[in-house]
Amino acid sequence: MQRFLLSRIAVLIPTFIGVSIVAFAFIRLLPGDPVQMLAGERVVSPERHAAIMHQLGFDRPLVMQYLSYLWGLLQGDFGTSIVTKRGVAGEFFTLFPATLELSLCAIVIAVALGVPAGVFAAVKRGSWFDQTVMGAALVGYSMPIFWWGLLLIILFSGVLQWTPVSGRISLLYYFPQATGFMLIDSLLSDQKGAFGSAVSHLILPSIVLATIPLAVIARQTRSAMLEVLGEDYVRTAKAKGLPRSRVVGVHALRNALIPVVTTIGLQVGVLMAGAILTESIFSWPGIGKWMVDSVFRRDYPVVQGGLLLIAMIIMFVNLAVDILYGVINPRVRAR
Amino acid sequence: MPLLSLRNLSVSFDTASGPFKAVDGVDITVEPGEVLGIVGESGSGKSVAMLGLMGLLPPSATVTADEIAFEGRDMRQMSGRERRKIIGSEIAMIFQEPMSSLNPCFTVGFQIKEALKAHTDLDRKGRKDRAIELMNAVGIPEPERRLSAFPHQMSGGMSQRVMIAMATACRPKLLIADEPTTALDVTIQAQILDLLLDLQKERGMAMILITHDMGVIAETAERVVVQYAGQQVERQPVSTLFDAPHHPYTSALLAAIPERATERRLPTIPGVVPGQGDRPDGCLFNPRCDKADDKCRTVVPPRQPKSLGEALCHYPLNHPANVSAA
Repeated sequence: MQRFLLSRIAVLIPTFIGVSIVAFAFIRLLPGDPVQMLAGERVVSPERHAAIMHQLGFDRPLVMQYLSYLWGLLQGDFGTSIVTKRGVAGEFFTLFPATLELSLCAIVIAVALGVPAGVFAAVKRGSWFDQTVMGAALVGYSMPIFWWGLLLIILFSGVLQWTPVSGRISLLYYFPQATGFMLIDSLLSDQKGAFGSAVSHLILPSIVLATIPLAVIARQTRSAMLEVLGEDYVRTAKAKGLPRSRVVGVHALRNALIPVVTTIGLQVGVLMAGAILTESIFSWPGIGKWMVDSVFRRDYPVVQGGLLLIAMIIMFVNLAVDILYGVINPRVRAR
Repeated sequence: MPLLSLRNLSVSFDTASGPFKAVDGVDITVEPGEVLGIVGESGSGKSVAMLGLMGLLPPSATVTADEIAFEGRDMRQMSGRERRKIIGSEIAMIFQEPMSSLNPCFTVGFQIKEALKAHTDLDRKGRKDRAIELMNAVGIPEPERRLSAFPHQMSGGMSQRVMIAMATACRPKLLIADEPTTALDVTIQAQILDLLLDLQKERGMAMILITHDMGVIAETAERVVVQYAGQQVERQPVSTLFDAPHHPYTSALLAAIPERATERRLPTIPGVVPGQGDRPDGCLFNPRCDKADDKCRTVVPPRQPKSLGEALCHYPLNHPANVSAA
């Protein structure tokens, strides 16, 4: 197991360097620079512009800029925002709980609905239920997130007025951040209605963010289940006289979950990508919205540092999934 | 009263090109403590008939019968819950591929104890003790340690022993062994067969042994049913079958046993078992039978009397009158 872990961690190093290069280069490919964006409509003289760029160190050759960025990274310094003058890592970890709360909620919805839907679709293969679920999954997977989010806002926030349009909680409530999770903080605050407000703010963005993972998980569960249901050991379980619920829910599902867990792990990347759009639509103050805003401001340090931190989280989750895979699949466990 | 009585059991599958009859009107009677052999090539419907009895066929299969009675109880009338009380406890089954028949995600102990949990009132401790006892009985060394082994850590022979322990956990009255040794090494085959016969004698359990190995039949069974293309073409006690087969198919199977072959080249039966699209008229065996004539190719053969092995043939071999005349 130790060897397995070490080899997995060793693979992360080139990935880390690759991501740092891409993050560094990508934001500089966009036209404009931070000084122009900060100035906006105001006219900045070329001399003044050059002076500020020199002050920020952006007039040096790109290779030098990259190396000093990498040198900072090795010392644990992810850079400082040009706009807010605050550390990138600090801002990231202030905003990350909001994204984490949204993503966790989305993945819980996706797994809690996707796995049972996939199982029943497989068991009732060809039935109207199967066809409905698979049709819905295809639509959900294909639908652009921003459009789907807007549709939901129009229906539930606009027409029905059930949920608020944006934000994490109503402005009526204020309480200090304890955990960074609004659901928990609102409960701890003991303010009446705060929790309900947090839930009503969270529900629509979670559904929007859950849609694609839900579709993928449902389809993957169904196909894994169909394959497993034809296996000899499922027949053995039936031959023991076990009730159908146990044959499907224990003997088949346990095997079908092995590929599904991998899929769920891969959805973390999808969630992060989805969070950028979802947070923008719902003005959710998480790292997705932060990244989008920073790109518009050409806040080079934030974009390159933030992307790297996001990539590290995805790599970490994938590592955790690999370990979990060994737990649920005895055949890959170290002997 | 027979332990198991099947009359006119048929199984057909819905396929894209119409229904396919895999089992065509078979009759099986098993007395308590008896070993019945069912032989035939691959594709002759031996396994399917037994899987149909156990309710283990996919939904595309339709099982029909005039009678399916276990100890006089009509299994056709039973609810799923009542059936499951018999399946796995009073009738148990082991399969051809022991390695893939065990669930790779659960320990061997869990899978044996699960059968006990489903059908007995034993508590946790009782189930564990019984599982160890069963593993001992089927010849698994170090049973306490093996309880926590996963199937991928065991050989094929060991896996089949686990399957046997699992199947016999609730002391079944009937064990159906579906080619239990086909996937195993030759040396292991004999061990597993001996184990099955020992358990069968020790517990007075009846056994249906499905095989395509006539040698296995000779060593184990008391009565033999020869099945071809879903039909029973001959039914005989094993004591007379080898000397006087009445159906040409049985005779051809016997001639293909290497130990009995007299020529340099081992005789074979040309062709294959007919499938869905190529079922011949008349006798199903006629395209492969060297004695077939026009009658065989057009008229469905009658069932011969008991003295002729109940052979499904127009021209049964080894007619008692001819034998005595010769």
